[in-house]
Amino acid sequence: MTESSLINIAVTILFLPILGFIVTLLLGKKVKKIYYFENIILFFSLAGAGILAYTKLSLFHDTAITAEFTWINLGNTPLLGEIKINLGIMIDNIAALMILVVMLVSFLVHIFSIEYMRGDPRYNRYFAYLGLFTFSMAGIVLTHNILMMYMFWELVGVSSYLLIGFWFEKKSAADAGKKAFIVNRIGDVGMFIGILMLFTTYHTFTFDEIFAQISNGVLPFNSGFWMTVTGLLIFAGAIGKSAQFPLHVWLPDAMEGPTPVSALIHAATMVAAGVYLVIRVFGIMTSDALVVIATIGALSAFIPATIALTQNDIKKVLAYSTISQLGYMIMALGVGAFQFAFFHLITHAFFKAGLFLGSGSVITSMHHEQDIRQMGGLRKKMPITYYTMLIYSLAISGIPLTSGFLSKDGILAGSYAFGLLTGNSFFAIVGFFVALLTAFYMFRLMILTFHGEPRNKEKYEHAKESKLVMTLPLAVLAILSIFIWYTPNPFNPEQGWLLSKGINTHEQYIPDNTRFDFLTPAKEPVIQNEESASVMYSESYEEAIQESHIPTMLLSLLMAGLGILIAFVFYQWKKINVDKLVDRFNPLYKFSLNKWYFDELYDATAVKGTIGLSSFLGKFDSKIIDGIVNGVATFTRGFSSFIGKFDNIVIDGIVNFTAYLSGFIGLIFRRFQTGKVQTYLVFVLISVVILLFIFNSF
Amino acid sequence: MLHVGLTHFLVISIALFSLGLYAVVTRKNAVMVLMGIELILNSANINFIAFSKFGNFGLQGQLIALFVIVLAAAEAAVALAIVLNIYKTLANINVDEIDSLRD
Amino acid sequence: MHSVPYLSLITFLPILGMIIVLALPKTQGRAIKSLTLLITGIQVIIAIILLINYDYSLGGIFEQSSFQFVEKWRWIDIDGFSWLGKIKVDYFLGIDGISTPLLLLTAIVTFIATLSSWNINKSIKGYFALFLLLDTGMMGVFVALDFFLFYIFWELMLLPMYFLIGVWGGPRREYAAIKFFLYTLLGSVFILIVMIGLYFSTQETLADGTRVFTFNILAMMDTNNFTPNGILSPLNPNNLRFIAYIALFAGFAIKIPMFPFHTWLPDAHVEAPTPISVILAGVLLKMGTYGILRISYPVFPEITKQLIWYIALFGMINIIYGALCAMAQRDFKKMIAYSSVSHMGYVLLGMASMNTLGISGAVLQMFNHGTITAMLFLIVGVLYDRTHTRDMDAFGGIAVQMPVYTGVVTVAFFAAIGLPSLSGFISEAFVFLGAFAVDLIRVLTVISISGILLGAAYMLWALQRVYLGKLNEKWASLKDLTFREYAMFIPLALIIIFLGVYPSPMLDLMNSSVNSMVKFMADAQVIYSSFGGF
Repeated sequence: MTESSLINIAVTILFLPILGFIVTLLLGKKVKKIYYFENIILFFSLAGAGILAYTKLSLFHDTAITAEFTWINLGNTPLLGEIKINLGIMIDNIAALMILVVMLVSFLVHIFSIEYMRGDPRYNRYFAYLGLFTFSMAGIVLTHNILMMYMFWELVGVSSYLLIGFWFEKKSAADAGKKAFIVNRIGDVGMFIGILMLFTTYHTFTFDEIFAQISNGVLPFNSGFWMTVTGLLIFAGAIGKSAQFPLHVWLPDAMEGPTPVSALIHAATMVAAGVYLVIRVFGIMTSDALVVIATIGALSAFIPATIALTQNDIKKVLAYSTISQLGYMIMALGVGAFQFAFFHLITHAFFKAGLFLGSGSVITSMHHEQDIRQMGGLRKKMPITYYTMLIYSLAISGIPLTSGFLSKDGILAGSYAFGLLTGNSFFAIVGFFVALLTAFYMFRLMILTFHGEPRNKEKYEHAKESKLVMTLPLAVLAILSIFIWYTPNPFNPEQGWLLSKGINTHEQYIPDNTRFDFLTPAKEPVIQNEESASVMYSESYEEAIQESHIPTMLLSLLMAGLGILIAFVFYQWKKINVDKLVDRFNPLYKFSLNKWYFDELYDATAVKGTIGLSSFLGKFDSKIIDGIVNGVATFTRGFSSFIGKFDNIVIDGIVNFTAYLSGFIGLIFRRFQTGKVQTYLVFVLISVVILLFIFNSF
Repeated sequence: MLHVGLTHFLVISIALFSLGLYAVVTRKNAVMVLMGIELILNSANINFIAFSKFGNFGLQGQLIALFVIVLAAAEAAVALAIVLNIYKTLANINVDEIDSLRD
Repeated sequence: MHSVPYLSLITFLPILGMIIVLALPKTQGRAIKSLTLLITGIQVIIAIILLINYDYSLGGIFEQSSFQFVEKWRWIDIDGFSWLGKIKVDYFLGIDGISTPLLLLTAIVTFIATLSSWNINKSIKGYFALFLLLDTGMMGVFVALDFFLFYIFWELMLLPMYFLIGVWGGPRREYAAIKFFLYTLLGSVFILIVMIGLYFSTQETLADGTRVFTFNILAMMDTNNFTPNGILSPLNPNNLRFIAYIALFAGFAIKIPMFPFHTWLPDAHVEAPTPISVILAGVLLKMGTYGILRISYPVFPEITKQLIWYIALFGMINIIYGALCAMAQRDFKKMIAYSSVSHMGYVLLGMASMNTLGISGAVLQMFNHGTITAMLFLIVGVLYDRTHTRDMDAFGGIAVQMPVYTGVVTVAFFAAIGLPSLSGFISEAFVFLGAFAVDLIRVLTVISISGILLGAAYMLWALQRVYLGKLNEKWASLKDLTFREYAMFIPLALIIIFLGVYPSPMLDLMNSSVNSMVKFMADAQVIYSSFGGF
């Protein structure tokens, strides 16, 4: 296996799904069973991704494999110099792992959807859209430059738009799709400006070339401040795509889409693209930028977690939990726990996809009932769904022996260490508190759905376990949520292959004075690790991590246990009456139930403002601008009609007056003309006499 | 013995002119008007001859008078022809009623 | 000099067609339509022949030797009036990398518009005769290199347009037609004045050594050709070039249409029949920006350089103002018309950058906007043909009834939004990359980028109101696209997708010219600035 065959595999993985999309879309009407084509293609993509990831990690561990071609070549331009835009793919360990995760979840969701979507009038088109999404996501993962990433970034946005609004007959679904796209675009505008700054400074979009120039000390506008701004602008894209505060509002609405779509796009892969983006450009993030990122992450972890406490829609709870978990990952990146962010991305992809697919299984069997107050007692009816979902819930709560414990613990340890190193323990506190909330709302969900007595007897009677095509993906994902796949020691992920071999730590490329001390590697690498390409951290950081390992583990266990315990006290054993508690803290409850009124706030400000401005400008345009034009026209017409009148009355009046005057004079003189020669003669006489008098007087 | 001078001629000429003019202006019959014109012409003739006799003009006055007489004859012929034609077309030679010149 | 006068052929073929159409009896509607389709089809073929024989290395812009397919001979030669000197007007055609894409665009859009004219039933003969005359005018503008000739073609296109809107248009057609006519005529007057001023300031040397005044645009770009005391001569310390520049720019800006001269556009579009809207938005708007690039920029480089901030400012206003106005519309066609205002703003912004990326982006945006907006107007036309309403709130759920059509709509709308992999993205990205690189207009560029957000908002809102949601029962019997409509949409959609995925052919086509333009502009020197007086 050579590098070029690896590239060939990657290209094949990338383009197979788009082939599936085109074929399925074009033939969808004619060939009823064309969706098999899409599914088979996905299977090949998955197989390819498996081979790719295995080969990359085992044979080409230390080098990133890239291949590129010149897409646009403007040659040597007069003012800007050489302009050449290369597109290409880069396979490093992170990309190889990510593509495997994407393809795996995508494949499982495809399988799950075969049953879940059966009977839909646009069945084939659904699979076509999944193909488009998989293509776009693979593009994000495999790209070696930020322009191509932006392009695929937008394309996943479109596939997300199409899939959220898949049942577009429902107004809420169409609205949600639109909202998702537009809110994402807000972030994308920031990201695009960031890209412009990078291109203007470095004249290239390729990550490696940008990093190389940063290492040589070239900064945007030659200042560390603008480096921070650039980093944060790029991060804005991640805020949008990963539904981070304050652009998180689209994700809960996106639950209008089919549930497998929520699992694939809005839990496992697309929303994780934001995290992936930050991982890709982690090397340019200055310490200031990282603090902002961590703060955004912490807020995004905390706010949705508090909202999830009171939601009654099973998918909404999961959606808020997704935002919260993504917030964890972003926070982890912010505090420098780079590899744990990616680790959590992977584990979260599996257990959250599982949770959504499980909820899909529940929703189908409950005849499209999503309100957990209508459920209860489903454990007996749907054992497979219950037990798999229990595993996922344990994983997301961070209970030992699950994958979630490993990754979450790493993030908490990272923020703890960050506190030790910088004295800023805000992130650690938020992290632990959110762990408590997470465990609570997840078990609230589990207990209300599966335990106790059925609250809607009728629906309960009809509920039954889903078919094998649906439970099989659940089982696969549940198995993937166990620790053993990642590390042999359930309490120390560092010993596992994923962290020691899989994720090669990145360097930071920015100048030393703009980054955290602890992200400055010692001149002599502390731990000589032959497999990893480079070592990122300073000695003090390694010590801090060691130091925080034990307290973190204990504290996080305590938090998770406490959360689960409270959930049981409230909902299973009913020792405390929840309704009374709700009455007691009614304002807080309302605040959480109404999602902190974010939608209302945005609606009242941004949406109303824009629409108001637009309708004002529309009126301004038709009344004022066009009014001026029409006014000029009216004035011209008025003026011309005045000139017309003037011409008619004054000028022509003078002419007519002359004629009239001569007529009048004529009238007088006509009297003299009698036609009688004798009269004339008399006049002649009189005239002669008068003339004689006149001449005489001289 | 009264010396007959220029003044006497002129007085007769004026009288004749006035009578002619009066006839031209007042007579209704076209023929009478023509006669009035003849009187005026003749008063002019008297003037010519008188000035010629008393002035230092040679025989020019007399010559012009002869011309005028010839002319008057021709004029009378033409005028009578016109009057005849007017009578033919309008059956009337009353100049008061012939005002087609007005139009 | 090329042996076959392709440019004359492509320009005057429609006139020939017009004569034949006029000779045909009124009853032969089908024959008239087929003939027009044939003529426009031949134009597309000629355009492709031009592309095949095009030499990508030649720059054009300011030197005749690097223009291609040049045809030049004396046209008007008056030598009688001693006080006027000699009047010499050349018949001077030629294309470079800036006009070729637009020539191709014109050929394609006219062909599609002919297809779309198939259901014109009111005095077919007159319609197609005027249509072909319009075609000649548009082609002529893009190939003429003599200002006088340029102006004739510019005016030639005005009259048929007036009648096409005024006779075959909607209920308020007379108002719209006269507004269009007067507005553009106003612009023409400005252009005419500047043209005459330039004529009396520029002299070129004839073969026999005598120097005569000239309308040759290329001669106007060379400072050596200016007379020392011409009113618009940079050699004249009291020159009025600044005022002339503003007047010329305003003349072209009306056509773009640039804020605040844009209000003829919504009215003209709403009232014009679909194929005429397609031509209006697809080709006519480009003439404004083309005129600026072809004439204003290289003839007045020193003033252009000092005004780029204002050009960018108006570009920004167009982008944002157009988008916000589009958002406020209920009339589908009016919304698309305002989206044109917004999209032409990108062209202005790109041109203001004065570097290769920005100007390439601007020219590419002209081409892309031509195809995308043609598609958008056809989309509205398809719906209007079936429902006879354009009120967006009267629709809803059309996607259920017409899925293929909605697929086409999705492609066109997302292209207009600037989705990567569709052509609109490339040109917008280039415009922004180019404009952002210029310190002076960077802030304006950043503000302009919010246009892509607003664009997404109004387009998706329209998409949702018309196509998504529950099917309005009123439209439960709508039929999906017919074969003829496929024939209109598929070529455009393929162009949009192809140029989105692989824009290089188009960029290579214009690259030499854009580079030579940028270099020419960068090298231009100020001799006497006419700013002093203002």
